[in-house]
Amino acid sequence: MRLRDSNLFKFFIFVLIPLIVLIICGMNSTNYYAGLVHLFGINIILVASLNLVNGFSGMFSMGHAAFMAIGAYASALLTLETNQKMTSMSGLPEWLMNLTLPFPIALLIGGFIASFCALIVGFPVLRFKGHYLAVATIGFIVIVRAVLDNEDQWTNGARGVTGLPNYASTWIIFASAILCLFILHRLLNSAYGRSLIAMRDDYVAAQTLGINLTVCKISSFCISAFMAGVAGGLWGHMQSVISGKFFYIEASFKIVETSIIGGMASLSGAIVGSLIMTFIPELLAPLETGITVFGIQLPELYGASNLILAALLILIIIYRRQGIMGYNEIITDSLFSIKTYTSILKKSEYINLYTILINMPKKLISTFAAASKTDAVKNKKRKERRSKNEKNS
Amino acid sequence: MMDALTYFLSQFVNGVKLGSVYAMVAIGYSMVYGILRLINFAHGDIMTVGVYTILVLTTAFGMPLWVTVIISVIIAVFVGLSAERFAYRPLRSAGEETTLVSSLAVSIFLQNLLVMIFSPQRKAFLLSEQLTELHSFGTIRLSTMNIITFITVIIVLLILSHMIKNTRIGMAMRACSDNMNAAKLMGINITSVIVTAFIIGSALAALSGLMLAGEYKTIDPLMGFVPGLKAFCAAVLGGIGSLSGAVLGGFVLGIAEMLFAGLMPTEFTAYRDAFVFALLILVLLIRPNGILGTKDGGRS
Amino acid sequence: MLSIKNLNVKYDNIRVVHDVSLNIENGELIALIGANGAGKSTILKTLSGLIRPESGHIFFEGKEITKLPSHEIVEKGIIHVPEGRQIFAKMTIEENLKLGAYQQKDKNLIKEKMELAFDLFPILKQRIRQLAGTLSGGEQQMLAIGRALQGNPKLLLLDEPSMGLSPLMTQQVFDVLTKLKDSGITMLLVEQNAYDALEISDRTYILETGRIIMEGKSSKLIEDPKVKEAYLGGD
Repeated sequence: MRLRDSNLFKFFIFVLIPLIVLIICGMNSTNYYAGLVHLFGINIILVASLNLVNGFSGMFSMGHAAFMAIGAYASALLTLETNQKMTSMSGLPEWLMNLTLPFPIALLIGGFIASFCALIVGFPVLRFKGHYLAVATIGFIVIVRAVLDNEDQWTNGARGVTGLPNYASTWIIFASAILCLFILHRLLNSAYGRSLIAMRDDYVAAQTLGINLTVCKISSFCISAFMAGVAGGLWGHMQSVISGKFFYIEASFKIVETSIIGGMASLSGAIVGSLIMTFIPELLAPLETGITVFGIQLPELYGASNLILAALLILIIIYRRQGIMGYNEIITDSLFSIKTYTSILKKSEYINLYTILINMPKKLISTFAAASKTDAVKNKKRKERRSKNEKNS
Repeated sequence: MMDALTYFLSQFVNGVKLGSVYAMVAIGYSMVYGILRLINFAHGDIMTVGVYTILVLTTAFGMPLWVTVIISVIIAVFVGLSAERFAYRPLRSAGEETTLVSSLAVSIFLQNLLVMIFSPQRKAFLLSEQLTELHSFGTIRLSTMNIITFITVIIVLLILSHMIKNTRIGMAMRACSDNMNAAKLMGINITSVIVTAFIIGSALAALSGLMLAGEYKTIDPLMGFVPGLKAFCAAVLGGIGSLSGAVLGGFVLGIAEMLFAGLMPTEFTAYRDAFVFALLILVLLIRPNGILGTKDGGRS
Repeated sequence: MLSIKNLNVKYDNIRVVHDVSLNIENGELIALIGANGAGKSTILKTLSGLIRPESGHIFFEGKEITKLPSHEIVEKGIIHVPEGRQIFAKMTIEENLKLGAYQQKDKNLIKEKMELAFDLFPILKQRIRQLAGTLSGGEQQMLAIGRALQGNPKLLLLDEPSMGLSPLMTQQVFDVLTKLKDSGITMLLVEQNAYDALEISDRTYILETGRIIMEGKSSKLIEDPKVKEAYLGGD
């Protein structure tokens, strides 16, 4: 038995440790690092929902930030106090001006509006395939940005909306993230999910199986947009400031980038990708303000972290096209499996884990020895081949 | 009435001015797309690299413009070829989305490289007085640069069309665009064909960067991306893969954009960019292969 | 002239050609027959450099060509007529033929080869300015063979030239192959149409799931009861 097969181990790694981290964050939610963890949670929703379209349904949308923007603005309009709206968004109709809803309801409505927009946009745009779809969805971002920046009476124009109430707590963010992952996990393991994957793998064959491709495409696009809208709402109520420039092409690229690095066709990939893309820029941030390495003062390198991430992206698509996780679903599978949770009650699981851990150093040494041995064999063969070739020529 | 006509005419001329820049960029896009089926998002950023090269050489070393243009073309070609070698060539067997993302990564890489070297601040970019001098033709006023741009586009179109149609490498390019595998079996070295397309595309990007910066009068590291994307729209509008389609699309888009900006009520003028993309989506829905296109539609 | 030694080829990580060795002498017409998916096309693609083999060696006129890129293999005189014709649909017939002569420098030779194609396939001359995509399947096959001849081949690799053609068209194509053989071109013919292939070839290799299971003179194999049963519809 290997470590990764132990349910108890999975429980510790994927449930217990994250839970402890979340509890700590929840108690210090104004802390800078807690903010990063919150961002991580929102990224999970964004990337996992994008994966539904790009990874599982075989379309290629780059317009996710637009749905995020729609959700953020819609939910902001529903949670702001009347007097806040009066000063910056004078053009709102009276009923909306006076309407202030609880945050979860505002989030859901934001999601629905994003989803509705996806429906309208999806009908024409999802007829395109490949990079035509990519460009059309980028076009959608440009259009949404133009609306946000210019319809001052609704959105306060390019100045953006400020003073959003700070409702996005650790709990609501991660409850939403887990819920989104759970919904996607169940969807993908249902007949519907299988028809999406069939559509991705073979368009024509899926059609001959009686799958209605238009319905599949548009429905998955709408579900994905709904989640992006919710994520946008959470993001807005975390940052408390939103404006069109936060939801522009770069933001959308970042989501696509994260999705590809983690693995487009995996929900666990969305988690891993988000983890990397939320925290690595933090590690690289010192580069941008100038640091001292081995006594040499480096100049301030603005853009260095994005530059490094872009290079990482290129390396990943060249050497591991399917992303870090590929098609592996170990994280979501163990999060949503009863076995993971019941394992803490079983004595045998503890014994198993104990023996695995005890044997670990031995096993490591033996695999290492085996690896070096095969290397030696390979080297020998290579040498033989070379000398043979020399003889021949 | 006369005023309205003059206004219309001047907007039209502005559209032609803008359109010739788009056309120039779109030709470069089309060259690469036609062969590799790759939307080279980095094309716009190669343009920016060219512009910054010109700026540095003129301000820091006081070189004459024509020398800096030649050097910027060389640097742009170098950047374009490096992108091809390191980011696109390893992905030749991959799907179109994969290469698309790779080109996006190259684009982000170049943008941030420029940010690192030159800071994200805008910088003034002024052409010499000879180039900005205005000439009046009736009610229309054009700068020397405008005229040079227009003529360059036409000359480039004629030269490249001739090359594609009649030369050996041009025929190889068309063959690669038609059927890459069969082209290999004819003994065509497809790597050298692709490299040629990138050389031409990047050189044109450097030239169009100069034209764009001349219009904007300020430059920043991100300036190339959106115009690059619009030029791609132009190429798609005209019928991607065809050079005359790219040029036609460039002019159509430039004129449509300026007429939209000039003739719509003022509250809509800020929707220029949105209009361009809406137009693209509309055209693709009606004519998936663009105005002059005949092949490989983007629709399923 | 051509010898393949212990060739192994993988396709999408699945090995489809196992330890294949094969020899072709100057002037021979060799047939390679076998069922769908036996690995016939893969062998041809490996010969012309479209696929890299996993291991094994290919020698042409005494020199190793295993790892050469396609265009250098064409330069050596090995020309591949691919499965499904793969003509340049958006180019004219004349341009297709000119592309076939892409590496040829000698103007007289180019002219001569073009005339040869027109002699063999008069229809191509009639439609010289037409787009190749407008030709019928059989005409496209003629164009594909005609185009390959422009490259002045020493060894012609033909992948299923009869695929999708009517019996009459097939007969015409095979007649042309016989003529080409008489003119001294060495050929490796991959076919599913086993009977015709055995009829016109000198020797035949039979491929099954990536392995050569039989080889010998075609005239002998055509009488072999096992071959008869498996490949000729066992009468």
